Amino acid sequence: MSDYNFAYLDEQTKRMIRRAILKGLAIPGYQVPFASREMPMPYGWGTGGVQVSAATLTPGDRFKVIDQGADDTTNAVSIRRFFERTAGVATTTRTGEATVIQTRHRIPEERLSEDQILVYQVPIPEPLRFLEPRESETRKMHALEEYGLMHVKLYEDISRHGHIATSYAYPVKVEERYVMDPSPIPKFDNPKLDSPAIQLFGAGREQRIYALPPYTRAVSLDFEDHPFDPSKAPHACGLCGAADSYLDEVITDDAGGRMFVCSDTDYCETRRAAGHRGDMAGEDAA
Amino acid sequence: MTPLLSVRDVTKRYGARIGCAGVSFDLYPGEVMGVVGESGSGKTTLLNCLAGQLAPDTGEVIFDTRADGPRDTLTMSEPERRMLGRTDWAFVHQHARDGLRMGVSAGGNVGERLMAVGARHYGDIRTQAVDWLGRVEIAADRVDDRPTAFSGGMQQRLQIARNLVIGPRLVFMDEPTGGLDVSVQARLLDLLRGLVRDMGLSAIVVTHDLAVVRLLAHRLMVMKDGDVVETGLTDQVLDDPQHGYTQLLVSSVLQV
Repeated sequence: MSDYNFAYLDEQTKRMIRRAILKGLAIPGYQVPFASREMPMPYGWGTGGVQVSAATLTPGDRFKVIDQGADDTTNAVSIRRFFERTAGVATTTRTGEATVIQTRHRIPEERLSEDQILVYQVPIPEPLRFLEPRESETRKMHALEEYGLMHVKLYEDISRHGHIATSYAYPVKVEERYVMDPSPIPKFDNPKLDSPAIQLFGAGREQRIYALPPYTRAVSLDFEDHPFDPSKAPHACGLCGAADSYLDEVITDDAGGRMFVCSDTDYCETRRAAGHRGDMAGEDAA
Repeated sequence: MTPLLSVRDVTKRYGARIGCAGVSFDLYPGEVMGVVGESGSGKTTLLNCLAGQLAPDTGEVIFDTRADGPRDTLTMSEPERRMLGRTDWAFVHQHARDGLRMGVSAGGNVGERLMAVGARHYGDIRTQAVDWLGRVEIAADRVDDRPTAFSGGMQQRLQIARNLVIGPRLVFMDEPTGGLDVSVQARLLDLLRGLVRDMGLSAIVVTHDLAVVRLLAHRLMVMKDGDVVETGLTDQVLDDPQHGYTQLLVSSVLQV
């Protein structure tokens, strides 16, 4: 037992955050302001996601943290330990076993189920920010559904690169109403936003929470003659051989050697445990 | 004939000071109205009130909308007014950088209006953008350049293209030739005159340059200290000014 209140935050704060979450779920894609608290970690490390997780966790939950798909990087390890210590909840790296998953920049490859909650860490919740810097104006644009500007960005991409070069934080329109930034997930993950799980987005520095209820339609914006393309590297995973997962490029030496591996470590490990082998998997790799 | 824009007794005060007082006029389709006066005479205040960018203290601004006929734009809901601002109205700013997105290419600037009203076909948007750049005499190979790479005159022409691409019915112009050198001014005026005639636009042109209104405007309104001191046909007012201030204004024009 620790000296912290369950999950670090005090009960009033959690109640306030839960109200914001409920409002967000009631208006999918709408950015609900909330009084973000100072957390014992710097902004940019997932303070928004941590607060949403803290308000969501119950003692019976099993918690998983993903950082860019991986369970074993600094961010994932530190947040997992934070909740082990302050909430005493069970943790796991298995996607299927977790009830609450906090993620940074990826959606797990394994399809989520109805009894799971996916919490995103969001650096900049406002999809229109870099086009229209005035917050008063972007709020008005959301309120009045003036989203022409979002397409200007895609237009600029095509005119400069010949195709829509936005490859992460690809804007989606939620249930024909709000345009939403799905946090910096690769656009490969955008089709997975239509999920049976509850998806909550927390931006700590910007003090916004928004949400996608289960089975909510989130359509990636595009042009009729340049349709949305959830692209990925044209390779199979070097370790597990999966051809359908999102891949990281790993430089292996200074002579141009490189390999592509699943960014979702749990997915890769599960496949290797089931006997799948990629081209570059040595006998000791598994 | 219904006037396109009918202004009744528009007054705007800044505290104790008067911006513009009791302005009334009718603007008919295809007509260009010039508003002249010295700096601080309330020209721009009036224009901003008419274009829905400032709320006047009293008065009515009745616009003949496509869907519902004459409506007071001041009592309209904000979404409706902003919709008008994107479709039937256009606003040409004095400084092009106020009216352009400087970080977006010329094609994107022209296309923004189209996308704002629902165009979602890249090829079509681009074709129209290139077409409009041609109409304002900007070469098609500059379509992907940013306005920062354009000269002042080109920026102003780009702003005009961006405003006219959606086929507005009423254009508000705030000193459209201000800050341009005379030869560029002449070309721009020539271009504007052609566009206004070809598209049958109505326009309200605010300027302190009498040559501009002589070329563009059918009717003229002279303002001083927030009041309209004289109105009439442009040539009539300029050739036979009645009010003392108008006489002063006309006689102040430098002759070359």
